[in-house]
Amino acid sequence: MGLTMTQKILAAHAGKDQVEPGELINCQIDLALGNDITAPVAIEEFTKLGVDAVFDPDRVVLVPDHFVPNKDIKSAEQAKQLRDFARKYRLTNRFDVGTMGIEHCLLPELGLVGPGDLVIGADSHTCTYGALGAFSTGVGSTDLAAAMATGEVWLKVPEAIRFIYHGQPQPWVSGKDLILYTIGTIGVDGALYQSMEFSGEAIAQLSMDSRFTMANMAIEAGAKNGIFPVDAKTLAYVQGRAQRPYTTYTADPDAKYAAEYEFDLATIEPQVAFPHLPSNTKGISAAAGVSIDQVVIGSCTNGRLEDLRIAAAILQGRRVHPEIRLLIFPGTQQIYLDALKEGIIETLITAGAAVSTPTCGPCLGGHSGILAKGEKALATTNRNFVGRMGHPESEVYLANPAIAAASAVLGRIASPAELNLKEVSLAQ
Amino acid sequence: MKISGRVWKFGANIDTDAIIPARYLNSADLANLAAHCMEDADPEFPKKVQVGDLIVAGPNFGCGSSREHAPLALKAAGIAGIIAPSFARIFYRNAINIGLPILEAPVAAEAIQEGETITIDLENGLITQANGTSYQAKPFPQFMQQLIAAGGLIAYTREKVNPHA
Repeated sequence: MGLTMTQKILAAHAGKDQVEPGELINCQIDLALGNDITAPVAIEEFTKLGVDAVFDPDRVVLVPDHFVPNKDIKSAEQAKQLRDFARKYRLTNRFDVGTMGIEHCLLPELGLVGPGDLVIGADSHTCTYGALGAFSTGVGSTDLAAAMATGEVWLKVPEAIRFIYHGQPQPWVSGKDLILYTIGTIGVDGALYQSMEFSGEAIAQLSMDSRFTMANMAIEAGAKNGIFPVDAKTLAYVQGRAQRPYTTYTADPDAKYAAEYEFDLATIEPQVAFPHLPSNTKGISAAAGVSIDQVVIGSCTNGRLEDLRIAAAILQGRRVHPEIRLLIFPGTQQIYLDALKEGIIETLITAGAAVSTPTCGPCLGGHSGILAKGEKALATTNRNFVGRMGHPESEVYLANPAIAAASAVLGRIASPAELNLKEVSLAQ
Repeated sequence: MKISGRVWKFGANIDTDAIIPARYLNSADLANLAAHCMEDADPEFPKKVQVGDLIVAGPNFGCGSSREHAPLALKAAGIAGIIAPSFARIFYRNAINIGLPILEAPVAAEAIQEGETITIDLENGLITQANGTSYQAKPFPQFMQQLIAAGGLIAYTREKVNPHA
């Protein structure tokens, strides 16, 4: 029987030639990841195992990003636990304020993940690395603890759903819109326990940044992972970054899929997910006009250079609406620096945006942009659950960075088309 | 082992932000997590819930974040088991790993009402209402039964890394 891309990567890491969907297998991991919320619990569990080393100090990565720069004393203690653990177990890859970034922007940027890798992370958005043709998935703290000790994880071999995208994108449509539209179609548990395999000629046109955005949100459909074929764009991205040898896998032509969806991009306009589920999507033409108080551009979903670049292109020569707070969170120090050199940061600040050091911040209602009772935010983040960005009676609307920037100018959810803007070329 | 408890009912797609909001994740202290468990879904829940109570919910329970604080908060609040038609996959792993009983049982999840007292036989996955109606939950795969029998993933892994300890 033919295997999907995900099944092939899992089989290779379990030392098997063949695997069956539903089979439970023990896999060698290439990398284990934790953050300042999940790693403290993992570290407590790790100490119960009675081992005196991690399985490989080059392959355990702890990134403090959620509540840093430390937002309060308790968060400071949690971040310190990571630092102390990294020192004690001599972890090679150490990140802290000043050298860090949001974990899922940082790891690909540094070449710590490559095609064909098997990565587990105690963070649900670990699925982001599927953009590189890797298998990566979120786990909890106890799974991370066991993996840090053994270098192994048990996994159920998933079935896959294939999503095929055809045609040319409409103006202002990016990877964010394709994934929101897809989640809107299949629902927040539409891919539960399954892989989402993305393909089609429209996918080949997408930038790496857009692919990261799509793979990142596979979890919002309940998926185990989301994965892209490796092509020239992937290899160009990986070249000069990859810190380890990597392997390219392709799905067998006779691979079996549990379901297949085909989308014509001619029918997909920019999407907005209304409260309180990422699947609650509407096209921008049905969403425009909702009044908002805050706009957030950033996160592991949309905090990359392309995202900041498009926001700046829209805000160039314009002002943020006086009733709007526009907050920008570059994904990593490098993205921040690149945006600075390109003039993007100057454009954003001149327009009236506040630019932060990299952090997850308000995306999960942590800090630096919490909503008051009754306030509404449009965000380029990934979740709009009740209370996600602050007060349980606040609301979050999800969209792409172009919609976010235009909405910041107009003070309500809006398309850049309302600013008489033609789509800007983002070719890099 | 059999457990009996009073049922709290919740709808579909109960997310981990509802189970334990991120504003409390600056500490994994169990009393802290229990004090705020489910408060964005029902602000009174932490006061009302009693040790040994059960949750019966709609599909995709525990969707969203990977935070193990979610099953830890439920367990610390006294929840003895959860029945739902389906669980989000990271929540499912986390619950097994920390020893919080969860059962996939679509018909039972639909039929059982808030305030009922039901009995769950954790050995065979049989769920029984007070009137005697019973439902069979989906059995755990054998490997997961081993994990549960070992007392969770840490106990299982400790045995694997130190077989002679």
